[in-house]
Amino acid sequence: MTKVTMTVNGRAVSGEVEGRTLLSTFLREGLGLTGTHVGCDTSQCGACVVHVDGKAVKSCTVFASDVAGAAVTTIEGMANPDGSLGRVQQAFQDHHGLQCGFCTPGMVMSAAALLAENPKPSEADVRHYLEGNICRCTGYHNIVKAVLAASGQDVSGVAAE
Amino acid sequence: MYAFDFEKPKTVAEAVSALAREDAMALGGGQTLIPSLKQRLAAPSALVSLTGIAEMRGVCTGDDGALCIGGATPHAVVAAEAAGKYPALAALAGNIGDPAVRNRGTIGGSLANNDPAADYPAAVLASGATIVTNTRRIAADDFFEGLFTTALEPGEIIVEVRFPIPARAAYAKFQQPASRFALTGVFVAKTAGGVRVAVTGASENGVFRWSEAEKALSASFSADAIAGLSVPADGMVGDLHGTPAYRANLVKVMTQRAVSAA
Repeated sequence: MTKVTMTVNGRAVSGEVEGRTLLSTFLREGLGLTGTHVGCDTSQCGACVVHVDGKAVKSCTVFASDVAGAAVTTIEGMANPDGSLGRVQQAFQDHHGLQCGFCTPGMVMSAAALLAENPKPSEADVRHYLEGNICRCTGYHNIVKAVLAASGQDVSGVAAE
Repeated sequence: MYAFDFEKPKTVAEAVSALAREDAMALGGGQTLIPSLKQRLAAPSALVSLTGIAEMRGVCTGDDGALCIGGATPHAVVAAEAAGKYPALAALAGNIGDPAVRNRGTIGGSLANNDPAADYPAAVLASGATIVTNTRRIAADDFFEGLFTTALEPGEIIVEVRFPIPARAAYAKFQQPASRFALTGVFVAKTAGGVRVAVTGASENGVFRWSEAEKALSASFSADAIAGLSVPADGMVGDLHGTPAYRANLVKVMTQRAVSAA
């Protein structure tokens, strides 16, 4: 076991990990941040997406030791300081961008990463960017609509289908 | 996953010495290796992460005009930083996997793994790139040795990949929509020395050059120039996504698309 230190949601944290401890395991079991979900555990589904130094990564496919010293943001870090839902989260609620909610933490984190890179994405941009996030409930339409709405674009013409 | 020691050296020299340990393995971005470890397909004694080695990260231009990419450079950085100098390569990098995979996966890791359906091997082979390791320089034509096999010696590290810039180039990928690997991908590069065509995803032996098409395209760089050619189905991959004959046909179709796009 070795000690790893990083910043998670703005807070300096540390914990004992094995070499094989995944970032997702460290977050969930080491820090109790269970908002990061592990779906497939094979880097296909994207439920475990978090930001490492501002970039979206699949936390089930990164070792905690490999991101020692990094700044990590999880879904728990996406709310506003007063505890209300952040912009992307609120858009998912407003546009019914979730049903069971399992994929939602990863969807929100990927959407936030997209908007940081591309503040006004087209519908095609959103769909392309979310290729690595799988949702088995919604059929994606309302997720795409929520992301476009979070970017401040008018979505009244986007069909829910 | 079996237990292993984790090491993250800061220099190539430290990495080489860490990799000298028996059954130690290099770790790039881990987007293939970590799933393999979870399946217990690999059981290293130690993993040596190469992502903390500053001299192996980034994109630059060499004195000879070549595009130099550090072995530990993630795909997303290549997609962004190579776009001006080598747009076809940047476009390929920007369509590997998904955004989260591109933020971790590295060019050196992809090449060392030599997955038969990976994208980068096609670009490296078609461009006639040079693989620079900690001990030597390896020409692309000598690097790929078949399924998941390369000329790398145990413990040898891809420090840099140097791409000469072709006059025209494009990559056409017929994507397997679930995995986003290439069902068949063709990279075409028109250089001063002639046209090079490299195919990934199709052959059971991994990436290969389609020399017949290279000859025809060197004479006339147009999709019509290879209209009369065909690729034999022998040795092509057959699986639930496509038969060998289907992939053989895709090789020609994707070559024509790449030529039209170049």
